[in-house]
Amino acid sequence: MGMVDIRGVEKSYDDVKVIHGINLSFAPNDFVVILGPSGCGKSTLLRMIAGLEQITAGEIAIDGRVVNKVEPRDRGIAMVFQNYALYPHMSVRENMSYGLKLARVDKGTIDAKVRQVAEILGLQALLDRRPGQLSGGQRQRVAMGRAIIREPKVFLFDEPLSNLDAKLRHQMRMELKRLHLRLNATSVLVTHDQVEAMSLASQLVLMNAGVVEQVGTPTQIYNEPATLFTAGFVGSLPMNFFPGCVNDGGNQLILENGTKLPMERDLRAHAGKKIVLGIRPDALRLVPSPSDGGQVFQGRLELAEDLGSLRLLHLRNSGGGFAVAVAADTAAEGTLHAAANERDLHLFDAVTERRI
Amino acid sequence: MIKRVHFEGNTWLVTLLLLPQLLVLLVFAILPAFQAIKQSVMMSDPFGQYATFVGLENFKAVLSQPEYLNSVWRTLIFTSASTALSMLAGLAFAVFVDHVIRGKSSYKTLLLWPYAISPVVAGVLWLFLFHPLYGAVALMLRQFGVDWNPLLEGSHAMLLVIVAASWKQVTYNFVFFLASLQAVPKSLIEAAAIDGAGPVRRLFNVVFPLIAPITFFLLVINVVHAFFDAFPIIDSLTKGGPAGATDIMVYRVYYDGFVAQDLGGSSAQSVILMLLVIALTVIQFRYIERKIKYGSK
Amino acid sequence: MVERSPWFDAFCHLMLVLGVAAMCLPLYYAVIAATHSLDDVLRVPMPLTPGKELLNNIQTALAQPDFVRQLINSVILAVGVTVVKIAASFTAAFAVTYFNYRFRALAFWMIFSTLMLPVEVRIVPTYEVAANVFAPLNWLLGGMIEVDLQWNLLNTYTGLIMPLAASATGTFLFRQLFLTVPDELLEAAKLDGAGPVQFARDVLWPISRTNVIALTVILFVYGWNQYLWPMLIITEPSMLTSVVGLAKTLPGVSDSVPHWHTAMASTLLISLAPILVVLVLQRWFVKGLVDAEK
Repeated sequence: MGMVDIRGVEKSYDDVKVIHGINLSFAPNDFVVILGPSGCGKSTLLRMIAGLEQITAGEIAIDGRVVNKVEPRDRGIAMVFQNYALYPHMSVRENMSYGLKLARVDKGTIDAKVRQVAEILGLQALLDRRPGQLSGGQRQRVAMGRAIIREPKVFLFDEPLSNLDAKLRHQMRMELKRLHLRLNATSVLVTHDQVEAMSLASQLVLMNAGVVEQVGTPTQIYNEPATLFTAGFVGSLPMNFFPGCVNDGGNQLILENGTKLPMERDLRAHAGKKIVLGIRPDALRLVPSPSDGGQVFQGRLELAEDLGSLRLLHLRNSGGGFAVAVAADTAAEGTLHAAANERDLHLFDAVTERRI
Repeated sequence: MIKRVHFEGNTWLVTLLLLPQLLVLLVFAILPAFQAIKQSVMMSDPFGQYATFVGLENFKAVLSQPEYLNSVWRTLIFTSASTALSMLAGLAFAVFVDHVIRGKSSYKTLLLWPYAISPVVAGVLWLFLFHPLYGAVALMLRQFGVDWNPLLEGSHAMLLVIVAASWKQVTYNFVFFLASLQAVPKSLIEAAAIDGAGPVRRLFNVVFPLIAPITFFLLVINVVHAFFDAFPIIDSLTKGGPAGATDIMVYRVYYDGFVAQDLGGSSAQSVILMLLVIALTVIQFRYIERKIKYGSK
Repeated sequence: MVERSPWFDAFCHLMLVLGVAAMCLPLYYAVIAATHSLDDVLRVPMPLTPGKELLNNIQTALAQPDFVRQLINSVILAVGVTVVKIAASFTAAFAVTYFNYRFRALAFWMIFSTLMLPVEVRIVPTYEVAANVFAPLNWLLGGMIEVDLQWNLLNTYTGLIMPLAASATGTFLFRQLFLTVPDELLEAAKLDGAGPVQFARDVLWPISRTNVIALTVILFVYGWNQYLWPMLIITEPSMLTSVVGLAKTLPGVSDSVPHWHTAMASTLLISLAPILVVLVLQRWFVKGLVDAEK
């Protein structure tokens, strides 16, 4: 039993089912990140944990207690909204203490707690300002302060960094992680930014179209993506995909772009099957032109992206295009050849899209 | 129509919140409206002792009265003239104020205060200026050879009433036009200027289409105001005279109901007016809905 | 305008000065007339510069029977309409926008149908209701029981204020405003533990401040300047409002000569309150007028 247990949870709006049978368990002190494209249902799931959406089927338990019918304020959670949702007419201090005021906590305790939280977040100088007088990053911290002061069992974050500019986003990411560690909290964060997800998560949940695609640590998901979707979604350099099939002997991959790759792995069980091969750009390396030309990838250099620490070469051949990551100072032109080790090959069944 | 995030349950609270408003509306607005409809299809004696159902008789009678048709005609003239005058003046003021840089707020203040004036006071003030015997403007007109006399000349009376009513409405139109002019994105004007359009061209081809929605809205509001706000002006200035020259529809409803005691006729006229207002409001709402759907502002 | 043209600038200023002069002409003349004696006022042409009789005229105006009393009545009416309408509209808009219940649609349409029923249109039956509020009840029960309850609101403050406060414009305005309040704000408040009343009191009401001020201006002026309704429902001079009282003392376009100097002084005194309200609160007023139709 974890801090948050989600058992068979479904959500429908009228007759449209948007979330199909989700089962998840978050351990205490986990930093769970739910990652997925827009519309996959991640925010809906988060809001069901918070109690802001009704659960159509299944149950959610927080710290062992089923909370389906429990009001949001009694669930022991706190939430940081995407647009912060600060009360515009209240000062920072009042924003943070509103919940306590409603709970009739005495003024002395409120003051002490506000001071404490302000110190953690560096908001001491801003306590009497209104949200309209604050910058985006400051507002975000006030929103977090409002959550922290409730001393919840679970922190919920709904795309908290998406309204910040790139540099600030990186900074706030680190702050979030630091806070999480300092507060010994259990956090659930929803985002569509996979860099954010990879850097923050201790447990990563990938969602797509209302179902969970994969659960695991960032490293696990990066190294062994379970589905085509996961493979394509995670990783800052987009994965290359090559459609093809397994040969009848079960020992070779025949790709549509003409490349034939011998496999040591035993693929007889999948002989003749249509597959999609995934290779990350940084798993490909340039090789000199081979004599038989059959076992490597080849293509003509179309564009090069200089990304500072490395160069991304975009090659194209009759079967399509792919990218190879090379060192920043590599010179390259014309027709190039690339190869990869078998252990870096990700094989997916073309029909089920699952990993082979 | 209801916010996506809201409260469920709370039936007692809701009832408590709504009851005062609904009760007052029911008693003082909705039921009287039904009563008006009911009375419009009845014929009652002057003492209110008995009433018989007469179907559309009252309507037929009213619509065949030459005085009523005269009143409809007068209303038409009055409404179109005062609407046109006040909207043009409001627009002109808005264009000028939008353009000048110095003195903007002083001009705005000086054009704003007529909103506070009661229609009666407006009527009195303009009467003072235009009174045939000693009104300052009347005297000026006399000097130019115009025999100004709203006491005797129906058209003069109508003119006076139109001027007084328009004057009151200019502020309202001015405020709205100014706001919508200021909402026109500068980038659009600048793009048109680069494309080679001169200021007048830009005014007609870029600015006016963008303020069309607000113009339409103001049109409806002005018309409704002309229908009803004019009552005090008429009552204090001309009382519908001379000889029915300023006898607009709303005035007749009041006159027939309270002075002539023709309950059936007055109610029929009320119903006709009601239908007109409903039609105007529905048109306006539909238009706004469409505007929102097309995403323009 | 993108091009800078000093000629057009001058033209604009000229037109504005002329326009403002035309708009302020009535007021200017009223002020002049209020500062002269009757003889001077009736002199043809009337002098164009202020005279010295202002205080005299004001005194005479104030000494008119019931004048001060009527000013007080106007204040009561204007403030009454404003307060009642704002309170009722805010709560009704809140109930109609933020709650889900079975008869919500019915309530909504009931309220908004009255937007199309200005008092002038239903003037006769509304008067009957004011004469006896229980009339509809009597009529309803008339078939079954012999009832003759009476509640006469003629010549009362309640009768003056209530029918004027009975329309949906305020509700409409607040509803438009509420629709623009972000959903997240309510969610955060719910998480903080706020129930509906606390939410309305601690979050919604403070946010509505600008609109409330604008509405106050609009309603105050509306209430102060009401003519038809007060004229009908009040027959006692001491209960009349200033605006109606003024109309009654002037014979309109006729042959007799009204006391213009005191009439103008009266007019100025009567218009002082609404003008002050509009000018002092003009920023919110303008904003409110414009936002009302978004």
